[in-house]
Amino acid sequence: MSLTARGHLATALLLLPALLFIAVWFVTPLAQLFQLSVSDKAGPFAPYAQLLGSEVYRRVFVNTLWLALTVTAISILLAYPTAYVLTRLKGWWWTLAFYCVLFPFWISVLIRTFAWMLLLEKNGPINRVLLELGAIDRPLELLFNAGSVHIGMVHVLLPYAVLPIYAAMIRVDHRLLLASDGLGAAPLMTFLRIYLPLTMPGVTAAAVFVFLLALGFFITPALLGGVSAITVAMLIEQLVNERLVWSLAGAASFILLAVIFALLALAARFVPLGQALVAR
Amino acid sequence: MSAGRSVAFAGIARSFGAVQALRPTDLAVAAGEFLTLLGPSGSGKTTLLNIAAGYIAPSAGRVLIDGRDVTALPARQRNIGMVFQNYALFPHLTVAGNVAYGLKARGRPADEIARRIGDALALVQLDGLGERAISALSGGQQQRVALARALVIEPDVLLMDEPLGALDRQLRKHVQLEIRRLHREHGRTTIYVTHDQEEALVMSDRIGVMRDGRIAQLGTARELYENPIDSFVASFLGESNLLDGRLISVNHGRARLDVPGLGVVEGVAADGLEGMSDVAALVRPEDVAVEPARGGWPARIEEVVYLGDLTALKVRLANGQDIWCRRHARLGVPAGAVTIGWEAAAIRILPRSQPTKTEERTP
Repeated sequence: MSLTARGHLATALLLLPALLFIAVWFVTPLAQLFQLSVSDKAGPFAPYAQLLGSEVYRRVFVNTLWLALTVTAISILLAYPTAYVLTRLKGWWWTLAFYCVLFPFWISVLIRTFAWMLLLEKNGPINRVLLELGAIDRPLELLFNAGSVHIGMVHVLLPYAVLPIYAAMIRVDHRLLLASDGLGAAPLMTFLRIYLPLTMPGVTAAAVFVFLLALGFFITPALLGGVSAITVAMLIEQLVNERLVWSLAGAASFILLAVIFALLALAARFVPLGQALVAR
Repeated sequence: MSAGRSVAFAGIARSFGAVQALRPTDLAVAAGEFLTLLGPSGSGKTTLLNIAAGYIAPSAGRVLIDGRDVTALPARQRNIGMVFQNYALFPHLTVAGNVAYGLKARGRPADEIARRIGDALALVQLDGLGERAISALSGGQQQRVALARALVIEPDVLLMDEPLGALDRQLRKHVQLEIRRLHREHGRTTIYVTHDQEEALVMSDRIGVMRDGRIAQLGTARELYENPIDSFVASFLGESNLLDGRLISVNHGRARLDVPGLGVVEGVAADGLEGMSDVAALVRPEDVAVEPARGGWPARIEEVVYLGDLTALKVRLANGQDIWCRRHARLGVPAGAVTIGWEAAAIRILPRSQPTKTEERTP
């Protein structure tokens, strides 16, 4: 056996377990779901037509996209300065800050979402403090609206924004900033013309990450959002669990998947995503 | 033509924690001068350069540019042109974008910027490459962009930190002469940092040899080569053979030392030699005459290196010490036992600097 052939065999063997797992537990159910979505009594594409034709269902899709967009924007705005601080810290402080960023990863999304419910509810600590201080005369409706969904989702998704931006930032050669300074650039110019463009691939990667995760988010909007803030994921859950129309649920899933693929393709045109996601 | 400004360091020192990177140093660089700081890594030369640029604040002392105290000013307010070791070109900008950067920072009008980019690229012979991406340039071209970017802002001082380190040897020689030509044209005060003695010799008006955070000796290349103050400077600049021994006497500018296993060597005494004990005789390879056995030190040829124009010979003396010497290749190599000799007037007797880190130098 030649060396290259042996190398190819080794590669195939190393990838095999993961490929098998994905084939059995992901691709097969996906194919079955597709099968369900096109086997409606009313015709193969009736569920798709029903979803896209209905004003109500369209609103759910637009809501979901809009929610994902705003959550992404807020996450990036919060993550950028956080990631920058991480690059400036050293030793023990760096370790502490980094664990603070990673810590939410280790607590289940469900628990974190319940925690926000407790904090935001009518008799929760935030309302109680505001009442005590006399800032308000009756409890604020903090829960079950767009605000609470944003707070909960940004909290969960922030680490996904911080890490790619941080990876892009530590790759910026410090001497470029010195060079800009030496050429007479004010700190704002150095930031806008050197630092920001060079960290932009990280920002794009973070935005894509957060946006895609936000699109498919279920638990947090389901628990913290009201009936007005229904997302595609919640819709699918309702279609399956309450209305038992698998064909509509399957179609909704595949429309979401198509949107995600389209957005990924669009993003890939502007940034080499693989390069942005993996730190050298 | 001199568009440069003088630079003066007064009692400049810098410590990093417990490490004293730069001991209190005074240095005056004349307007338009090309001064090279030459030394091994860790000698403080880059620290001194970064203090001149404003990238590192000194622990003590003052920096004056054209007589004005700039010690407290950040780099962006000093009007310096810096060329970094890795060039530090902005990878997301074109060649023209890099060169324009300092002019944009100064708020110059667009037509002036365009004209000055053209002039600067012509100066470094990169005409027409303005729209290229940095990554599409060779190392030598990137080096020139870095120079153009630093020069286009008409800096008071041009600072260069080992700018040729990343180039291959052939290109380095070419760029050395190029930098020299450019310096004659722009006439800007230049402080150049290198560990390469050849670069220092080719380009500099004066050279400051640095060691252990201080300037060991400052002078023209000729002064340093012919009159090094100690064995460190002698070994760092030019090829050298050092014969260690004990000083016997100093008389009317002549000194004699006793080299163990060899005998008495005589030469011209360096300043301040009186009263010293550990000294060294500096014998430059070109001053050594290798003859078929006659009068002189008996020696044996250990190695012959053909260099084209010259032949380098390594000969071993009776006490086991090796001496490198050079002679015209045309003269051929004497066979068998030889003797080596030199004229006492060509030999310098120097204080021995402790501890010398001089490794055996190749010819």
